[in-house]
Amino acid sequence: METMTGAKALMKAMEKEGVKQVFGLPGGANLPMYDEFARCDIRHILARHEQSAAHMADGFGRISRKPGVCFATSGPGATNVLTGIATAQADSSPMVVVTGQVAVNMIGRDAFQESDIIGMANPVVKYSFQPRTAGEIPEVVRKGFYIAETGRPGPVLIDIPKDVQINEAEMTFPEEFKIQGYHPWTDPDIVAVEKALDMLLNSERPIILAGGGTIISSAFAELQAVAEALMLPVVTTFKGKGAFPETHPLSLGPIGMHGHAEANKMMTEADCVLAIGTRFSDRSIGTFEAFEKRLKIIHMDVDPAEIGKNQTAQVVVVGDVKTSLRIMIKLLLQRSIKKTEESIWIKHVKETKAYWKENLKIHPGEMSSAKILRKLREILPKESIITTEVGQHQMWASLFYDVIQPGTFFSSTGLGTMGWGFPASIGAKVARPDVPVVDIAGDGSFAMTENSLATAVLEDIPVIVFILNNSILGMVAQWQRTFYDRRMIGVDQQHCPDYVKLAESYGAQGIRAQSMDELDKAIKTALSSDVATVIDIPIDPEEDVLPFVAPGTSLSEMILPS
Amino acid sequence: MNIMWAILSILVENKPGILFKITHLFRARNFNIDSISVGVTENPDYSRMTITTFGDEKRIDQIIKQLDKMIDTIDVKRLDEHKTVYRELSIFKIKLSNANDSMDVNKLANAYGGKVHDVKKDSIMVELTATPDQIKAFEELVKPFGIIDVARTGVAALQRSGA
Repeated sequence: METMTGAKALMKAMEKEGVKQVFGLPGGANLPMYDEFARCDIRHILARHEQSAAHMADGFGRISRKPGVCFATSGPGATNVLTGIATAQADSSPMVVVTGQVAVNMIGRDAFQESDIIGMANPVVKYSFQPRTAGEIPEVVRKGFYIAETGRPGPVLIDIPKDVQINEAEMTFPEEFKIQGYHPWTDPDIVAVEKALDMLLNSERPIILAGGGTIISSAFAELQAVAEALMLPVVTTFKGKGAFPETHPLSLGPIGMHGHAEANKMMTEADCVLAIGTRFSDRSIGTFEAFEKRLKIIHMDVDPAEIGKNQTAQVVVVGDVKTSLRIMIKLLLQRSIKKTEESIWIKHVKETKAYWKENLKIHPGEMSSAKILRKLREILPKESIITTEVGQHQMWASLFYDVIQPGTFFSSTGLGTMGWGFPASIGAKVARPDVPVVDIAGDGSFAMTENSLATAVLEDIPVIVFILNNSILGMVAQWQRTFYDRRMIGVDQQHCPDYVKLAESYGAQGIRAQSMDELDKAIKTALSSDVATVIDIPIDPEEDVLPFVAPGTSLSEMILPS
Repeated sequence: MNIMWAILSILVENKPGILFKITHLFRARNFNIDSISVGVTENPDYSRMTITTFGDEKRIDQIIKQLDKMIDTIDVKRLDEHKTVYRELSIFKIKLSNANDSMDVNKLANAYGGKVHDVKKDSIMVELTATPDQIKAFEELVKPFGIIDVARTGVAALQRSGA
């Protein structure tokens, strides 16, 4: 037992959780916590907007699989974090957000910078706490981190009134604790796994659909072992992109609204799917009814509430997908199943894949998205980490940037938060300073959090921002061209700002690349410099993302480039 | 789609803010609350919420799973109405227009096991503890007199032993 303030207890408890840095912004209601940075070993990384601080913590969390931590003050500081929290929740990212709150006796009196952040954040947090006495803080932090990182990960909010930060109490830091209503892990049912395996063996055209859960669970080796032993083609959701090496002969890439043509084709021809760690989002599978009507579904997921939510599965395996796949591998070994001969189905899959590799039309210009992203892939080391913003560039990245090393591609896939990629790349680089980190961006998205350049420069976090700059809100423009008779409203960015000058004004490196030669040099320069670099690549504003499965239609109704 | 009525019995930690979280979940997931009642259990650390709702089998299954997923819920059960004692308390304020009305309402109240309170010249109050169906039936019967106000508690329910 030791007497200390709530703020000190917070920092001490976070140190015990292994926290090395906090992304955040100070303000009136969290000053006591901020003062503790002067007396502890946790690094503070100053963001220029609380939303960015949250995305940084999110990026850190996805890569390190440990909760990223962000601090914000009460009122507007807390409401600014909301988009960051919702993004982390939608993509099951482990995060702990600590907000300051007005003093306990001021709560409910519409005090200055008071907001009911617990109430506002409720539907987008995995859990939230508002300790009312300083002595509660150590246990709250312990529980908060545990909840954030176990089971299906997610964001946890800890809202601490200012007086609770200041007050002193006798602190005990518990190792053991009990959360009665929380059961993050279920042991997978072996009989169900056996049924799943039999169903796969008895199907003519089986396929694997790997979702984001495969990456969160880092079940890469297990997925590959099962796919190879059963010789199953592998498609992924967009969130699952890179769960399986996209250069592998069995890989077909992501399905969905902007999935690979071969992936969507084979998904619609399959008669049985092993769906791993996916919630069957509408963007991945199109209309729910058309999808489940066509094939038998085996659904593996850690979250029981995902079972039956969007799709009805014939076989259900609840539990960590890595563990479930390991059980399947054991069964394969016991029964000595290792397919070596290609089935008619797998031959068909490979032919389809080869056909689309050869025949998918890409934009004819020298600086087409496909050529630009293939160039990036060609130069980047395979262990490089990619984050993306949200929009056309994101979908082009999905189509044309092949992930070689599993678990190196991250995007705001669920909430689709423009402005996520750049701050997330900063968080990613903090987690993995040893590898290049590139934010594949569009001009519209980058503009939303571009002031994180200050963080990248001043905190010495040399990430690369790779802007496919069509000076237009491209995805919206594409929908306006397709569905609104080319009435282009509110999309033109009119080449404002100049991103090279913008980068330079922050002390970052800005390079414009207008030809493939310049691009080649720019990427190599960025990789060899120790300062954040913005590569601005002007592209044709008329280029569409294709293939395209229009909203409310099924994967079989894919629009292809003409 | 076969829409059915379901009684959910939810044991939660007796802490502030839980009722808000549960009702928020129903709103955010587009589920319906038909009635809700909350009270502390024999152990003051817990409260029991009884929620009645409508939906097809899949939807009710989803509601239960989402409630189960909530960290503040200790136990979520769907009660089989045939194996459950479930009652709701209702209070009716009924208009009296004719001399015989008071006696007629009294008779109806007696038939349904209700209690009569606050008999005035032009109004009468009936307290009725029954199943929602019985309350509905009683309401239909007293409607012709003129209902001034109704207050209902929502269903409280417990499964029978050995059921």
